[in-house]
Amino acid sequence: MLLKIEKRAEYSKAMVYLTPVIALVLTVLASIILFKLLGVNPIEALYQFFVAPLDSKYELSELFVKATPLILCAIGLSVGFRANVWNIGAEGQLTMGAIVGSSLFIYFPETESVFLLPAMIMLGAVGGGAWAAIPAYFKTRFNANEILTSLMLVYVAILVLSLLVHGPWRDPAGFNFPESQTFSPSATMPILVSGTRMHFGTLLALLAVLGTWIMLARTLIGFQVKVIGAAPRAGGYAGFSQKKVVWFVLLFGGAMAGIAGISEVSGPIGQVLPTISPGYGFTAIIVAFLGRLHPVGIFFAGLLMALTYLGGETAQISLGLPVAVTGVFQGMVLFFLLACDVLVHYRFRLNTARKVVS
Amino acid sequence: MTLKYISTLVGAVAMAGSLLIGSTAAAEETKVGFIYVGPIGDFGWTNRHDIGRHAVQEEFGDKVKTGFVESVKEGPDSERVIRQMAADGYKLIFTTSFGFMNPTLKVAKQFPDVKFEHATGYKRADNVSTYSSRFYEGRYVVGKIAGKMTKTNIIGYVGSFPIPEVVRGINAMTLAARSINPDVKVKVAWVSTWYDPGKEGDAAKALIDAGADVILQHTDSPAPLQVAESRGVWAVGQASDMAKFAPKSQLTAIVDNWNGYYIARTKAVMNGTWKSEDTWGGFKAGMVELAPFNKAIPSDVVELANATRKGIEDGTILPFAGPFNKQDGSVGAADGTSLDDGTLLGMNWYVEGVEGSLPK
Repeated sequence: MLLKIEKRAEYSKAMVYLTPVIALVLTVLASIILFKLLGVNPIEALYQFFVAPLDSKYELSELFVKATPLILCAIGLSVGFRANVWNIGAEGQLTMGAIVGSSLFIYFPETESVFLLPAMIMLGAVGGGAWAAIPAYFKTRFNANEILTSLMLVYVAILVLSLLVHGPWRDPAGFNFPESQTFSPSATMPILVSGTRMHFGTLLALLAVLGTWIMLARTLIGFQVKVIGAAPRAGGYAGFSQKKVVWFVLLFGGAMAGIAGISEVSGPIGQVLPTISPGYGFTAIIVAFLGRLHPVGIFFAGLLMALTYLGGETAQISLGLPVAVTGVFQGMVLFFLLACDVLVHYRFRLNTARKVVS
Repeated sequence: MTLKYISTLVGAVAMAGSLLIGSTAAAEETKVGFIYVGPIGDFGWTNRHDIGRHAVQEEFGDKVKTGFVESVKEGPDSERVIRQMAADGYKLIFTTSFGFMNPTLKVAKQFPDVKFEHATGYKRADNVSTYSSRFYEGRYVVGKIAGKMTKTNIIGYVGSFPIPEVVRGINAMTLAARSINPDVKVKVAWVSTWYDPGKEGDAAKALIDAGADVILQHTDSPAPLQVAESRGVWAVGQASDMAKFAPKSQLTAIVDNWNGYYIARTKAVMNGTWKSEDTWGGFKAGMVELAPFNKAIPSDVVELANATRKGIEDGTILPFAGPFNKQDGSVGAADGTSLDDGTLLGMNWYVEGVEGSLPK
């Protein structure tokens, strides 16, 4: 090997925050080549991707609608990732939160109490948290790998949902189609800006961003999460319980995903469907890393990721670009981000060790 | 930063952008939009709708501009996409999956001047029509062929979701097969997806292992046919002619044809004669077709199939005519009666001859 990769002794703090910007610029440059190859005017394509989805109040509000579940899930996951707990199952926790939260409406559809929605949100958090408690128990009790257990539980949750929607939760007036009845106004998230779909869930996402920021920066448990993640042994010497942190981050992540689930179901969806999320729980992993596992970063990363989805739809409608382009686009953002990341922390050096000539 | 401020800022950038590109909208063309649940290259459901879109474009040339969005997830995304099309000046929008029903109605309420057409749903409005196809007529003909061709007397059926439309197809096929071969048993494997080649293929393998020698499917990928081809059993294509994936195995295929309907509805919008209605057409309306029969099918079976098809077309054969029993032994339809459309639309029980229980 002529080149070798070695860890930098010191790395630039500024670069850590600059890399997302650099990654974005590189993505734009690479996508110009992509659009050229597809025979589309790159300026118009980029305009449709990044600007057109934002050019009215309504479309801007849609950005927040789309970003809300991504931000909520990513915030929850990021706290776990900080502590080196790899919860991959936010999708399942989201689904379970939606199930448990909406059960209240399904079984008491006549309720008009103002406490119905808050209770549903609470139950959503409980449902998501309970689903994440399973990998937490297996990890702390049997040291089972949470990546596998949390991921497998995603499929279980989706099938539980399918079972309910195809069976007991079907709308009695719905010709046996797999949909619940539509939620009553008292079970529906209030709209924040009239004439749009921006709902109370967006406010919850903002609260989650602020709350998590404060928690990580100012509280003991936040400190423990960071120490256990960065230096588990140091955490041990300081008397921090690793098990406690594992439980905390999984329950927290599950609860956040559960809130995302219930705010989708009682927000823009408005009924229980066989699929609730088009993969928000998985996309949130990208969002968490794109946002450098920092709450504020995640907020913007969630908006950016939502923008690429909206832009993909706009580009399809106006330019006839295939949906795969959206996927390529998101893939490029992540690829360039991770590539820049490697270069911040590592450097390439010419291999100076020479073969001994005999 | 307030929302308004961001909005103004972004608006300014947007305006600069549009000045840069210049206006591209041409006047006087009718824009017709299509929302697809799958990729246009799925060889099945979505592909057939997209062929319908091409037919509209070809028929009207410059007078019409068609557009589409593929792989739209059922749920909150679909409402945004439908709304975006309506706001973009589309005059007629086809939403081609059951899950788009409520989003279509929500958007329709906000855009009373835009006409919407929702496939396979049951909710209508002044500017929302529904349309679907009597696929079960095709399944009834296929059932006759399958009943004749099976040696093991076991027919395998790959099902997507246990919704009435799918259950209806299973029942129609079973009634037809047992009408000529009362020993036929039908085994169903549910895969909980419309399009997942891996799962569909695995289900076909399991059915063949359980003794099935004819494989039918109500899912959209050609995977079950490919499995059938490699295992040397018969199969029936779904939504489009899939013979190229299973040249030896495909007996025939139930082919959707939306071209005529899409052209007629587009014309109605252009003439201003569009009205909200419910269309449920089969062989007679040309919405269901059969792919060319496999050469290996004996001529008497081909004759039987053609006669059945003709009977359905002229109304002398009703697929759900009694007498037949439900799976539990109770009467499905009495002698001299036939199930009405309302019962068919909500069908959630198996007929006699189908094995296993319907997922509840």
